[in-house]
This record gives sequence, C-alpha cells and structure tokens, in this order.
Amino acid sequence: MTDFSDAFQAALGLIVTLDSDLAEIVALSLGVSLTAVTIATVIGMPVGAMVALFRFPGRHGLSVFLNALMGLPPVVVGLIVYLMLSRMGPFGVFGLLFTPTAMIIAQVLLVTPIIAALTRQVVEDLWREYREQLMSLGASKMRAIPTLLWDGRFSLVTVVLAGFGRASAEVGAVMIVGGNIDHATRVMTTAIALEVSKGNLALALGLGILLIALSATIGAVAYIIKERAERRMSGGMLGG
Amino acid sequence: MNNASNVLPLVLDNVWYRTLDGMPLIKEITTTLKAGGKAVIIGPNGAGKSLFLRLCHGLIEPSEGNIKWQLASGAAAHQAMVFQRPVMLRRTVRANVDYALHLQKIAPPTRSQIINDVLEKTGLSRLADTQARLLSFGEQQRLALARAWALKPQVLFMDEPTASLDPSAAYLIEQLIETITAQGTKIIMTTHDLGQARRMADEVLFLHRGRLLEHAPAEQFFSAPKNDLAQAFIKGELLWWRRGEGSDDAKRHDPKHAR
Repeated sequence: MTDFSDAFQAALGLIVTLDSDLAEIVALSLGVSLTAVTIATVIGMPVGAMVALFRFPGRHGLSVFLNALMGLPPVVVGLIVYLMLSRMGPFGVFGLLFTPTAMIIAQVLLVTPIIAALTRQVVEDLWREYREQLMSLGASKMRAIPTLLWDGRFSLVTVVLAGFGRASAEVGAVMIVGGNIDHATRVMTTAIALEVSKGNLALALGLGILLIALSATIGAVAYIIKERAERRMSGGMLGG
Repeated sequence: MNNASNVLPLVLDNVWYRTLDGMPLIKEITTTLKAGGKAVIIGPNGAGKSLFLRLCHGLIEPSEGNIKWQLASGAAAHQAMVFQRPVMLRRTVRANVDYALHLQKIAPPTRSQIINDVLEKTGLSRLADTQARLLSFGEQQRLALARAWALKPQVLFMDEPTASLDPSAAYLIEQLIETITAQGTKIIMTTHDLGQARRMADEVLFLHRGRLLEHAPAEQFFSAPKNDLAQAFIKGELLWWRRGEGSDDAKRHDPKHAR
C-alpha cells in the first residue's frame, strides 16, 4: 500500500508541476487519437449511412462484417499495418513506419468500423421515421444521407465518443507501428506499458490518471454540449 | 400553383398491390382522377386508403397494373403529401419549409419569400424560429401543410390530415385545404370522418377491402350511393361489413367482393 500511495503522490506531483516529458506524451496522444477519430468519422459516417439506406447484394453480410470489425484485435491491426508500412511492404517507400502517421493509420483502421456500424444503427432508425417524408419531398437516398446525419447529430456524438474511447485506450497497434520511441512516437498507453515494465510506477500511474482524466473530460464536455443543444431543441423540457 | 404543364389526369389501370408473401391489399383498381376539386377517399379500417394514396404518390410501386400521369416525366415534382402523423425534421419551423424548397433547387431569396408567405397563411409566422418538434400536434400538422403548400403542387395528397386533431385544429386545416383548392391544387385525401367527407368532397372514392367499389361525384354518392356497402357505410350501420350473412337468398356471391 505504501508503494501505491508513494506512486500516487509522485504521479500527482508530475501532473501538478506539468512535467515536460509528460506534456509531450499527452500532446502526442491527443494529436494521434483526435486525428484518427476525425478521419474515421469522415469515412465511417457516410459508409454507415449508405449501408443503412441502400439495398444491394451482400448488404446484410457487410453489416455483419462491420459489426464483427468492431471487435478487431488491435495487435493484429498493428501487425497488418506494420507489414504494409515496413520496408518490404507495399507502402514501405513512404517511410511511415515508427511515425505518428503510422499510428494514426492503425487507429483509423480500428475506429472506422466502430463509427460505421454504430452510425448505421442510428441512421437506420431515423430513416424509418423520415423515409416517406423525404421521398415525398423529392430527396434521393444520396441526398437524404447528410439530412439524416445532421438530424441524428446528438446520437452521433455518442458514436464519435465511443470511437475516441477505443482510440485513446488502445496500446497494441500503436506499440507495434509506432515503436514507442521517446520524443517521437511515445503516447500515454505505450508509455504506461513501458514504465510499468521498468518499475517506474509513479510515472505509469501519473500517465494513467491523466489518461482517465482526459478521456472523462472529453466525454463530459461532449455530453454537456450535446445535452445543452438537445435542451435548446426541446425547449428545456428534458427531464433529468 | 405550378402550371408549367398539367400532370393530371391521373389514370390507374388495373392496379394491384401485394405484400411480399403475395397477399393482395389493393385489388384491380381502375379509375381516373381529373384536375381540380377535392377527391375524398373513404372506407373502413384496412380498406387500403393510405396504400392507395402512397401508390398514387409513387411512394410504393404497384405489383400489377399501371399508374400514369398525363405528364410522362417529372410528375413527382408537381406533387406533395401530408401524412397522418406529421414528420418534423429536427430543426426550426422556418428550416423545415426551407429544406423542402432547397430540395427543389429554389434560389434562397425566393425561398425566403415563399416561407414567409406560407407561414403567414398557416398562422405560424410567430413560431418561425421555434424548433418544429416543440409545436403542438395541430401546429405540426399546419407546418406539414405549409411545407407541402410551399412547393406549389398541382396535386396534394393528404392521409387523414385531421385524424388526431381537436375540432378547432381540424377546422383550421379544413380552411387551409379550401384555400389551397381555390388556388387550383387538386386535393386527394383520405378521411375516417364522414362529416368531413360531406363538408369537403367534390368527388368520393369508396374503398372496401382493397377494392374501389364506387367513385362518384360527392352529391350523387351521399344522396344515392349505388353500392350497397357504401349505402350501409354512410348510414353508419355497424354491421354493414357483414354483407353476405343470413339466408342463402340474401347472400351475395359476387366474387368481386371476396377477400
């Protein structure tokens, strides 16, 4: 217990004094995860909406596939991206391996299926309500997609948060494709893994506390914004 | 009203609609709906009134038969529909109407004029910047009507537009329908309310179990309906649907009326 409380105190010290190494790691973590989630949102939401609206051979299979990909093992994704980006791989010439870009690519592959699958569900529910009205007004299915994404925006905030949660908590893929290089590709999760293996529990715990705090803050801020907007839409009639 | 070219008459030729498992819900409907006035579709629950509207409006395709507008192409742009339960987009009253006009590629300055005009006519001007979902049911139905009206359709389909409204809200909707009709728009609407049908109809289509049993001018239909089921229906006879029961002599074996 003494070790734990010492580690906890040391961790708080690192946070309070804004340790420069810690700040660098936090900044890179946020940069990689937010970029990956943004890209995954831009790709995943239209894909999810299209699967919800269009009928084509293999649609059901694609829905099942997307749902299955939600549980994609990060280590396997990391390995595939590693093979693609390594010198001998098809994209080796770009020299992306062990860079933040490689980490973003891996996280995009992990998060896009989550956003696409959850978006499909949200849009499908809304389409059930809107379909006849939008068709009557002359909206094609393609034209209906931005309408449905906009009108489903409050539910989709939660979808994006789920994607961010996956990206920020992920360690396996970024470890493999980023290499956990100090001052280059070290992010919070890989740093925690390293510091624990070195026995430096203070820094590991400090990073852990910060990771939880950041995730919780981003989630809470998004939730508050969503609630306020929803409350405005419903004239403050939302109860609890 | 958009008079660029007249989309009516609408001709239905032996139209059938079946469910995926083959059960017919609309059966061999052949009729013609001409321009002008209000055509009111009446009939009991399950008669196929709403399906009939959706087939005419093109929301669903007939399983057999043809539905032809005089205007061979682009007829959809001259139609609008108001549903029994108004579907409000999650945006303001003004934005709901604007969305419909935007889809028709109408320029923003013109859109603004049209929006102000229809909101004033429907008594919704003061609510223009209110979220549409905050409106009362009656106001939402008026907004749905305003949104359809803004498109200046030649044909306006309405599926029981006053079904869930109190008498005062229903009266407002009826007044608006009269105004829209006076501007030359053909109204094709369903109703459960025989009183409303008597007040509003210029022509009546009586549907029963997916079949069109009578299509006649309103005056003729209400004074002397030719079909015996229609006679029972407008008399409000509760057992009118049990035709065929009783003695063998009284039974009707007309296969046309079989399910």
